[in-house]
Amino acid sequence: MFEIKKKYPLNKDTDYMAVYAPSIATKARPGQFVIIRANETAERIPLTIADYNVEEGTVSVIFQKVGRSTKIIGELNEGDCILDFVGPLGTPSEFDGMNKVAVIGGGLGCAIAYPQAKFLNANGVYVDIIAGFRSKELVILENEMSTACKDLYIMTDDGSYGEKGLVTQKLRELIESGSEYDAVIAIGPVVMMKFVSALTKEYGIKTIVSMNPIMIDGTGMCGGCRVTVDGKIKFACIDGPDFDGHKVDFDELIRRNKMYAQYEREADCNLMKKLPDNK
Amino acid sequence: MANMQKEKVKMKELDPSYRARCFEEVACGYTEEEAILEAQRCLNCKNRPCVSGCPVGVKIPDFIKKVADGDFEGAYNVITSTNALPAVCGRVCPQESQCEGKCVRAIKGESVAIGRLERFCADYHMQHSNTVSDIPSLMDNAPHIAIIGSGPSGLSCAGALVDKGYRVTIYEAFHVAGGVLEYGIPEFRLPKSIVKKEIETLKRKGVKIELNSVVGRIITVDELFEQGYSAVFIGSGAGLPSFLGIPGESACGVYSANEYLTRVNLMRAYKDEYDTPIIKAKNIAVVGGGNVAMDAARCAMRLGADNVYVIYRRSEEEMPARREEIHHAKEEGITFRLLTNPSKILSDENGFVCGVECDVMSLGDPDASGRRRPEPTGEKTVIDIDAIIIAVGTTPNPLIRTTTPGLETNRKGCIVVGEDGVSTSKAGVYAGGDAVTGAATVILAMGAGKNAAEAIDEYLKKN
Repeated sequence: MFEIKKKYPLNKDTDYMAVYAPSIATKARPGQFVIIRANETAERIPLTIADYNVEEGTVSVIFQKVGRSTKIIGELNEGDCILDFVGPLGTPSEFDGMNKVAVIGGGLGCAIAYPQAKFLNANGVYVDIIAGFRSKELVILENEMSTACKDLYIMTDDGSYGEKGLVTQKLRELIESGSEYDAVIAIGPVVMMKFVSALTKEYGIKTIVSMNPIMIDGTGMCGGCRVTVDGKIKFACIDGPDFDGHKVDFDELIRRNKMYAQYEREADCNLMKKLPDNK
Repeated sequence: MANMQKEKVKMKELDPSYRARCFEEVACGYTEEEAILEAQRCLNCKNRPCVSGCPVGVKIPDFIKKVADGDFEGAYNVITSTNALPAVCGRVCPQESQCEGKCVRAIKGESVAIGRLERFCADYHMQHSNTVSDIPSLMDNAPHIAIIGSGPSGLSCAGALVDKGYRVTIYEAFHVAGGVLEYGIPEFRLPKSIVKKEIETLKRKGVKIELNSVVGRIITVDELFEQGYSAVFIGSGAGLPSFLGIPGESACGVYSANEYLTRVNLMRAYKDEYDTPIIKAKNIAVVGGGNVAMDAARCAMRLGADNVYVIYRRSEEEMPARREEIHHAKEEGITFRLLTNPSKILSDENGFVCGVECDVMSLGDPDASGRRRPEPTGEKTVIDIDAIIIAVGTTPNPLIRTTTPGLETNRKGCIVVGEDGVSTSKAGVYAGGDAVTGAATVILAMGAGKNAAEAIDEYLKKN
């Protein structure tokens, strides 16, 4: 059992949670993830590690309460326990040779983009962050991100905060105005990563994306998390989750991530059962 | 006087039409009377060919003699003196190619039903005995051994080591111990309550199990030694699924057998109270001809499919699955599409599987495996399906290999072992089971685990 040490909302759909798991905290590196099974009947779901604190022995995740499993975890409070918490999984991000980087976060993706920016910034790399959200109420981690970079650009779809527009617009503007990035790290909705990668390909800028497919074990066993990279099948859980954005088949991943969407809508599906009343 | 009936005493099985829609155990086991009657068929031969066919050397005629005498608990003790998991082996060992394959009674008629008798003894013990099996005592300054993986090889190695007085800790990646016994073999062939009880027995004997611990990530093999372990056994299995490499394999509704079986068995997708989603296909195909393919096909039928097709590129004769499994699958209404080889998975406009296009094959000359090589005839056929499961084999997981410097592996990713079959290129590190051989059987893995325990014992006594 793994105790929840801290938990608070970042916006109406998104929670921050720090879990006591000292041996994972010691080993965790940016880009890695954990698998969580909240209780005996819950699914195993992957969540990327948002932060880790060796002194306090905690590993933090940030998640959006969109499906049954994340809603179950969302119902838990500080002091409650999570049944299974496995990690750190996946290959840590590699930042070798990066000197000037644009880190791009889309919505919840900022939860993962932020620790990467923080790590790079702390290691002397010049970092700009472009963070995109649908609207003002959904903005998360603004203060944290602003301390982890040179310039933070917040974009909203409706213009209710920061600048109105998409992250790709800002990225193009910065590149065109002479910001000579040698790498772009893009983490967010698959569609966003797809368009960021298409843009950077035009300029020949190396681009790392973080994949978030459906998976069960997180150790290479099920193959459910497969993505096509450079025409080859890769398993996001062991070969990734980071991949070269110029080589990923994003459209395939968009389709695969909808595999159980119809089941979530159908009344007879396990995923649609009433959430347990939280004690 | 021996019972000279040519056939084994029949074991009751659930009716196919009933069992094909539920996860209850298919084979019901012997009653005490049936077990005694069957045990009386054993001739107690002097040269004991059956024992030579058993990878863990169960003293078969000795335990059968005790069954014939009605001393079931005594029989159980004979079995467990060499086999850590009798209830499992009695159910899933391919006895026909091992102990029973060597039985003298098989020359004229059927062999003695060694597997069924082994299962009977184990089940009898679980139902009747309250006595805790002897708890082995720790040797002085007992060295601590780390075992990676709680599947058949790891459990068997752990059992043998605690019996010798070592301290043993198993590291398991999943949230439940058992490895393939939990995630792979379905409930209707091997009830999970049985697996759990066998593991409880080992825990009572002193084996510690660390769940949710992925070696290679949370701790490496080298770090295990730094933490004070004196030897390491790698029994991490062959968990990485292979795919066919044909167009359309990334469509929604294409599962590896590992994923499908893990969702059903480990994650209990067949039970309403569990959240695990799975595509409940009406028409579903399984590609492959091994035991895993049969397990997947039979699970799919139980999840409510109207049609389950086993697609295999050779003929039934070449199928690697046990005859018994093929027979059970057929009884349950599974359709075999033989000499059929998938060439393309078809999907609808939303990316979901809607069919599989196959080459019709014929058999040519024997290939390296000695089986006749399947060759395309040029004719194509399309099978309409809404999901497909790929059960064409697995290879060892790369996690340990890539995080353990000095551990030699071969081209296929299997750990290379010395002449003893269990020592690796790294001092103090032993390996066995599918991680060494590639996908094989439960009992071969158990045999390797047991041999590794002997080798570790010898190594530690020398050092």
